[in-house]
Amino acid sequence: MPTVKMQVNGKSVSGEVESRTLLVQFLRENLHLTGTHIGCDTSQCGACVVHVDGKSVKSCTMLAVMADGCAVTTIEGLASGAQLHPMQQAFMDNHGLQCGFCTPGMVMTALDIVNRNGNNLDEATIRKELEGNICRCTGYHNIVKSVQAGAKAMEG
Amino acid sequence: MYEFTYHKAESIEAAIATLQQSDDAKFVAGGQTMLPTMKHRLASPSDLIDLGGIAALRGIEVNGDALVIGAMTTHATVAASAEVKKLIPALAGLAGNIGDPAVRNRGTLGGSIANNDPAADYPAALIALGASVKTNMREIAADDFFTGMFETALAENELIVSVRFPKPQAAAYMKFENPASRYAVVGVFVAKTKDGIRVGVTGATPCAHRGLRLEAALNKDFSPAAIDSVELPVEKMNSDIHASAEYRAHLVKVMTKRAVTACG
Ligand SMILES: Cc1cc2nc3c(=O)[nH]c(=O)nc-3n(C[C@H](O)[C@H](O)[C@H](O)COP(=O)(O)OP(=O)(O)OC[C@H]3O[C@@H](n4cnc5c(N)ncnc54)[C@H](O)[C@@H]3O)c2cc1C
Ligand code: FES
Ligand code: FES
Repeated sequence: MPTVKMQVNGKSVSGEVESRTLLVQFLRENLHLTGTHIGCDTSQCGACVVHVDGKSVKSCTMLAVMADGCAVTTIEGLASGAQLHPMQQAFMDNHGLQCGFCTPGMVMTALDIVNRNGNNLDEATIRKELEGNICRCTGYHNIVKSVQAGAKAMEG
Repeated sequence: MYEFTYHKAESIEAAIATLQQSDDAKFVAGGQTMLPTMKHRLASPSDLIDLGGIAALRGIEVNGDALVIGAMTTHATVAASAEVKKLIPALAGLAGNIGDPAVRNRGTLGGSIANNDPAADYPAALIALGASVKTNMREIAADDFFTGMFETALAENELIVSVRFPKPQAAAYMKFENPASRYAVVGVFVAKTKDGIRVGVTGATPCAHRGLRLEAALNKDFSPAAIDSVELPVEKMNSDIHASAEYRAHLVKVMTKRAVTACG
């Protein structure tokens, strides 16, 4: 079986996987990082979004072996101890989640949006950029507000 | 997904050699189509050859009056490229509207055209711009490349290296997108080239094609009104839960008019 090595949330990890092991399975089952969710397993919903070498990807549509040697960031890598990341705090403050299932993917996508579009985001940009993330609860309105507020808070 | 043997190719030659030595190997680029297909067990290759480590397949170059884009260049890279935005802004716009940001970070030009989904965006651009596809064996004109539904002129052991897009005088792409996947229900790419107007149509029929009737009308009169009198063969259009054949025929004309207006 192939061995993979990667940096996950700043730590070096390695493990034996099957070639067909998805990155999301490796994160959840080998590393027990269950914050990354599987909503659809068909590349539609974005619940599984993580960053690979700084870019958002759907970890259900990438093999673990493809991420060999890469730096991966998951939702668990954002907070410092009890101190939430400003984007996480913004979701909390703006009621950007209800059941919370989509939230890890929303937050990881939100950070990718800020990386590419800066801290001043208008509503149209946020809605367009969230096209790959599905939420069954909130109706998106408060998610958009959260992303906008989180982006601003990250400036400071 | 059935188990397979994974290979990370270091060079084009190594990728071809591995392919020839394997039972039933397939290339994988961004995996955004390949992996879902394998999950559905619609494909179960014995070996998967990852092209992601081959530097020669990546990058964007300006070559005289043309853009040469490597097969492994992602949609996100094309969308953000200063060179593409300057030379063929319609192409950057097209790449920036494929799927969603995470799909664009992995999905590639080579993977999209090799797959030739009837609703994919890039085929319309290659056809309208008169692009050519460079492989490890030869150069194939876009007009000859897309041969049928999910079918291309590529041979078994053929690998796409890059695509050459000549700069048009003006161009625009308009897509009526499926609201869930963003694939084209109908997409029309109109280009003013040195050989006249060229129109690439995707989503409408089983395989992207040149809109010859639309071109004939636009070569006489490059205006949205010129499209009104064009008769399109409804019987050749796709009909599915997203749109009937009649509706698609209508959309082709509407998207063409919008693209003509956008060309200025
Ligand atoms: C949710 C979602 C939404 C999408 N929306 C759109 C959309 O709006 N418009 C659109 O056009 N597409 C869309 N796509 C498809 C996307 O653009 C894919 O990236 C693309 O179809 C395949 O590219 P890939 O790099 O992922 O290729 P892969 O999936 O890795 O490969 C696809 C096929 O191409 C072959 N191949 C790959 N590279 C080469 C090469 N260099 N030479 C020869 N053969 C090769 C592979 O063997 C395989 O058969 C969407 C996909 C998803 C998951
Ligand atoms: S679980 Fe990956 S996109 Fe839904
Ligand atoms: S909060 Fe429940 S799916 Fe988004």
